[in-house]
Amino acid sequence: MFSYFIRRLLTAIPVMLVVALSVFLLLRLSPGDPATIIAGDMANPEQVANIRRALGLDEPILTQFLLWIGNLLQGDLGTSLISQTTVSSMIAQRLEPTVSLALAAILITVLIAVPLGVIAAWRQGSWIDNLVMSVSVVGFSVPVFVIAYLLIQVFAIELRWLPVQGFRGLDKGLGEFLSRLILPALTLSSVYIALIARMTRASMLEVLREDYIRTARAKGLSQRVVLFRHALRNAAVPILTVVGAGFAMMVSGVVVTESVFNIPGLGRLIVDAVLARDYPVIQALILLTAGLYVVINLLIDLSYAITDPRIRY
Amino acid sequence: MHESTVTRRTSRSHKLFAMLAIAGSLSLTAQAQAETTVHAVMHAALRALDPVASSATIARNYGYMVYDTLIGLDGNNQLQPQMADWTVSDDGLSYTFTLRDGLLWHDGTPVTSRDCVASLKRWGVFDTGGKLLMANVDSLQAVNDKQFVLKLARPFGDVLELIAKPSSVAPFIMPEQVASAAPGEPLANHIGSGPFRFVDAEFQPGVKAVFEKFADYQPRSEAPSGTAGSKQVYVDRVEWINMPDMQTTVNAINSGDIDYIERTPFDLLPLLEGNPEITSEVLDKLGMQTLGRMNFLQPPFDDLRIRRAALLAIKQKDVLAALVGDPRYYQLCGSVFGCNTAQSSEVGAETLIKDGDLGEAQRLLKEAGYQNTPVVILQPSDVGTLAPQPMVVAQQLRKAGFNVELKQMDWQTLVSQRASKKSPAEGGWNMMFTNFAVDSIWSPAVNPTLIATGNDDAWFGWPKDERMEQLRSEFSLSTDPAQRKSLSAAVQKEAMDQVIVVPLGQFQNVTSWRNELSDIVQGTVTAFWGMKKAD
Repeated sequence: MFSYFIRRLLTAIPVMLVVALSVFLLLRLSPGDPATIIAGDMANPEQVANIRRALGLDEPILTQFLLWIGNLLQGDLGTSLISQTTVSSMIAQRLEPTVSLALAAILITVLIAVPLGVIAAWRQGSWIDNLVMSVSVVGFSVPVFVIAYLLIQVFAIELRWLPVQGFRGLDKGLGEFLSRLILPALTLSSVYIALIARMTRASMLEVLREDYIRTARAKGLSQRVVLFRHALRNAAVPILTVVGAGFAMMVSGVVVTESVFNIPGLGRLIVDAVLARDYPVIQALILLTAGLYVVINLLIDLSYAITDPRIRY
Repeated sequence: MHESTVTRRTSRSHKLFAMLAIAGSLSLTAQAQAETTVHAVMHAALRALDPVASSATIARNYGYMVYDTLIGLDGNNQLQPQMADWTVSDDGLSYTFTLRDGLLWHDGTPVTSRDCVASLKRWGVFDTGGKLLMANVDSLQAVNDKQFVLKLARPFGDVLELIAKPSSVAPFIMPEQVASAAPGEPLANHIGSGPFRFVDAEFQPGVKAVFEKFADYQPRSEAPSGTAGSKQVYVDRVEWINMPDMQTTVNAINSGDIDYIERTPFDLLPLLEGNPEITSEVLDKLGMQTLGRMNFLQPPFDDLRIRRAALLAIKQKDVLAALVGDPRYYQLCGSVFGCNTAQSSEVGAETLIKDGDLGEAQRLLKEAGYQNTPVVILQPSDVGTLAPQPMVVAQQLRKAGFNVELKQMDWQTLVSQRASKKSPAEGGWNMMFTNFAVDSIWSPAVNPTLIATGNDDAWFGWPKDERMEQLRSEFSLSTDPAQRKSLSAAVQKEAMDQVIVVPLGQFQNVTSWRNELSDIVQGTVTAFWGMKKAD
């Protein structure tokens, strides 16, 4: 497994290089100019040109690319063209909210969706199965911001149990941290609960028809053991894939949820950077996202071997 | 049995929420006892920290927090000493500025006249008005630590007005070593001498900017008024929080999460006006001017007759109704300098502020031999205060017979595309819109849209009009108020005759705050000095 791990890591290098080159070229070829943001609306073309020169944006693209790659290889992600702060510090500021939100949402998702999917499969065709499937259709169909506003209206404005917006780090206390995380995590998990409940149900239905499940039942094992130890473990591979991909998507940006709850996460950072054409920030975030997908896919692949003993690397 | 289970669970969930609420409120209470913090949502996120290199209003607001200016403008737009008092020589060519006592940088070192000289020189590189002033300056030198002298090469009318102007950009005074950096270089630090100290460590670009009261700030003794008078700070901290979703912002002020919204969206205002805990008022009575600009380099607007036809087709009333809606917050105004300003004049804008003249527009268009050349209008769909104007004007132009093509894009793409001098087919444009604060367009000397050199020092659209340049130059050199007023009227007439800019009316932003805040300072600049917050 170790050699497989190393092999996979090595294959990530060309992937990252292609991503780096693509994002750099695409940004330079797309319309937009960070100098205009800095200069403001009243600046004339001459003033904008002065700022562009000072930022080095008038250099040939190849020169800019080599400079960026050279710094990147030394671990320097660059400096924001707009705020002049280092990109690494900007990402570090946004990591805690994003990772906290993603972990909370994925935890809620798994705790709710997997049991629901298992029960729906177990009671296929029953009212509970129909209910789970109906709720999951609603989860898919209702836009995230609608769920967000409904939760805010009920729990923050009417009942006043939870704050309307914002994020507080763990350093501000567990109560503050959790109270501001509950509503966005619930909002974010709504889509994933629907997705993973359906995935779990489909996967479980397939496994429950297998001979070894009939054998387990014939041995007199309890339903709980049959469902969760024998069936769920074998049905776990596609579920893990979706959970992993879902986590990667949450970390790489959940702009709507972050915006409605005013959470300063990576999703908002990348949107702000794109709108401001802040090239170093966009480049770093896309590279980070690509790296994250590579790592999460690798971890998912490795986890297959843990859940399914037939898989060996 | 089932009922009791539900009750027990509900009770548990109540306990959980109560514990979270108590934990949260305990930490908030402790914080409140330690300091008074005003949480404000500004109209835009603060990202760039150079209020002289950037003409963005949010950068200007940041500048007034952290830095100070030599001269202030009071609520009646009258010049008042702020950091310095001044005397003018009898021939009007020599201005001597004397710094008041007690001025300190945030690192505790004293402000000197050398800092002022370096700052004014830097401002003269970036600002339109500053450039104009410096072009007429013979020398600018420190006499001693407290005094410096500005000597003019020739009589110039707006020396003090330009140094006092609040936007855009204001001549903020920075430490000499910071102001002496090459233009375009990032500032070495954010040390100012203003009433608030910028907290670098807590700055999250695009998310949050934190300011702490500068304890050693020596305010003036006069009452606060505009950018003049006392800038005494009564709160410990001000946090500017950026909220991308305005509905969230309104929810947050209603629930008490935040204290202050700098610009309340007009469509959400009713949600706050019904809340007795919140006050909504116009603080900047001058407000903003919304305006249109045609591209003089590309057909069809390279033809004066077609520009005039377009001007005749446009009605301000429709534009303002779509943009603002609530007539309490907008006024028809045909002056290129904005209304209620010293140089205000509406000559030549009669059709704009009435109902247009569609018949005359159609006649003129026919006379000009308009060949159905497409008019490409840029529309920023992501900026609420700029999205309606293109749609309304496009429809008005279509009625007159123009072939109009609306191009939707985000604001950043627009500001890049407007810099293109190419034809619309090659990525250029014919017409665009923006909003400027009235305090940044109040005279022929500072209004960037009136520069008509046809070169890159003119604002986008690049009008070329020698008479306009002559009038602007005469205005700058004139020191006689009556003559200046007459020259302003001539500039207004020329601007309308040549359709150099299309003023589309004036509107005021509404500021909202929770009633725990009091003594809010009125004026063109958003001020957090003078403001008090009850426990």
